[in-house]
Amino acid sequence: MLQMQSISKVYRTDLIETHALREFSLTVREGEFVAVTGPSGSGKTTFLNIAGLLETFDTGTYKLDDLDVSRLSDDARSRIRNQKIGFIFQSFNLIPDLDVFDNVDVPLRYRGMSASERKRRIGEALELVGLASRMKHIPAQLSGGQQQRVAIARALAGSPRFLLADEPTGNLDSLMARQVVDLLEDINRRGTTIVMVTHDPELARRAHRNVHVMDGQVTDMQPFSVKPLVAASAVG
Amino acid sequence: MFSYNLRLALKSLRRAPGVAALMIGAIGLGVGVCVTTLTVWRVMSSNPIIHKNDVLYAVTLDNWDPNQPMYPTSPELPPNQVTYRDAMAMYASDIPARKVAMRKGMFVIDPVDVEGLKPYQIVSRFTNADFFPMFDVPFQYGGPWDNEADESAQPVVVLSKRTNGKLFGGQDSVGRLVQLDGKDYKVVGVLDEWAPTPKYYDLTNGAFEEPEDLFLPFSVGIGLRRQSAGNTNCWRNQTLNTFDEFLQSDCVWIQYWVELPDWDRVEQFQSFIDNYVREQKRLGRFERPLNNHLRRPDEWMRVNEVVRDDNRVLVGLSFMFLAVCLLNMIGLLLAKFLGAAPIVGLRRALGASRSEIFNQHLVEVGVIGVGGGIVGIVIAALGLFAIRNLHDNYDALTRLDIPMGLIALAIALVSGLIAGLYPTWRICRTQPAAYLKTQ
Repeated sequence: MLQMQSISKVYRTDLIETHALREFSLTVREGEFVAVTGPSGSGKTTFLNIAGLLETFDTGTYKLDDLDVSRLSDDARSRIRNQKIGFIFQSFNLIPDLDVFDNVDVPLRYRGMSASERKRRIGEALELVGLASRMKHIPAQLSGGQQQRVAIARALAGSPRFLLADEPTGNLDSLMARQVVDLLEDINRRGTTIVMVTHDPELARRAHRNVHVMDGQVTDMQPFSVKPLVAASAVG
Repeated sequence: MFSYNLRLALKSLRRAPGVAALMIGAIGLGVGVCVTTLTVWRVMSSNPIIHKNDVLYAVTLDNWDPNQPMYPTSPELPPNQVTYRDAMAMYASDIPARKVAMRKGMFVIDPVDVEGLKPYQIVSRFTNADFFPMFDVPFQYGGPWDNEADESAQPVVVLSKRTNGKLFGGQDSVGRLVQLDGKDYKVVGVLDEWAPTPKYYDLTNGAFEEPEDLFLPFSVGIGLRRQSAGNTNCWRNQTLNTFDEFLQSDCVWIQYWVELPDWDRVEQFQSFIDNYVREQKRLGRFERPLNNHLRRPDEWMRVNEVVRDDNRVLVGLSFMFLAVCLLNMIGLLLAKFLGAAPIVGLRRALGASRSEIFNQHLVEVGVIGVGGGIVGIVIAALGLFAIRNLHDNYDALTRLDIPMGLIALAIALVSGLIAGLYPTWRICRTQPAAYLKTQ
């Protein structure tokens, strides 16, 4: 599903060059739940951004669903992000003046779906995360855990094959964090591939496979020891 | 998608109402000033008789002082009125399909039939029967007097709609009498609404004056032996003790128009007036070089500078002011859009393409533009109201009509979109990953 081979990414300013990723190689199979761990500044988020086509890379090859994404236009990358990838962020990244329904609606709007189809998908996604009754609430009226569940619903509503989570429990207390991880596990069991960046060793243990990153390189990677479940997709 | 973008635009403006108000105010102020000057300029530069522009001609003959031109700043121009002698000589020609010699007059009208209305001064026009069909003057009741009335100076009168309303309550007054300077005149016609702006047929007495309140045969005015109530210009040192001496003088005080339906007649009449002037030269008149003109209404208004240069400059300045307002708006838009960059980054991450982000922000700019247009219309209405109160007789120039309202909206929308192009382009270049951590 995801194949990165010798990816390098350098951030340049007038004075310094920062090597965020060096010869970074990783393969993620369909249906896997992979945790990426490593200290701050190790390149985890850069990896996630490149994996999610949010950033380009300097050298190496990256194939997503066997498609070489390095030469894609900005529009094509947007289309793939919209149709194949779901994002979950540490700080939830909900739009503050849109209610829950409209927040989940955002990626679907760019898919050109009919109003009835969007409504059905939003209803199902919010049902899955247990927030169907809060459709008209704005983010400020929800707890942190609820906001993250809305973000998960937003990521799931488009039925992505690939979910990228960047410290999804980083801003949550332990109870809420557990609920969110339970939800991610459930989503993975329904067939969605998940790559999750985390600092939390306990959270990482619940993934099928751990990948440790240090100084922009994979330093430790568990083998494909766990056969992931592949089932019907979560929504739609 | 447009309705979605429209909803997002309204939400975005509500999110920062102060900035939104500043932007709408800036564009509204610029548009308001532009529309104010444009409204005045548009009416000033319009041609109310454009449908007959090819057949009507104002006639000018250069009988002025050989030593100095009448208009020092435009020495090539002959006087814009003619003498009585020359008017009558031209009137004898049958080349024009219609012809009019006319001048402004003033009477005291005694509204004997209207209780409580005291005698008052009334502006009139002495003209010929051809005046009405020539200038497409509409009638509510009756019609023009006939040629016999012109020839025999019959005491007949055509009333304006306003005068008829004042004297006869708007009823059909044809056949009734009105008393002017103590003498009775019979009403033969009542005009419908008619207010050509500019008043092209007599630019010498105020291009933006309202049309006269009543009209009488030119010959009646001569019979009254009374000089013009309008502009009269003389240059030759002549004795003018009597009205007959005035009629024979080189004083110009009559506006002369002809209707020439085809080019042959134009050439014929041009030859006619040129030959007439050559003949007069032999008699010691017309000492300046031959300089006779037949000018169509549009040219007539141009050479008489109905739209003065300072009006054009004012319109130019108002658009420069709009540009300054737009520069301010660009700054505000940049600040606003870049302030919302994290949300744009998020939308990009969730699959919005650059063009979708561009369209979303362009709709927001469009909403600001339309809002500015509405504010601009209000400001323009206030500006025109102020001009109306500062200047008499500017009523016609200061009417904000529906076309001008639409023009205001169009200017606001287009200028808003132009001002919004750069900030919109900047924001749609946002890299999706740049703000996701900080959103």
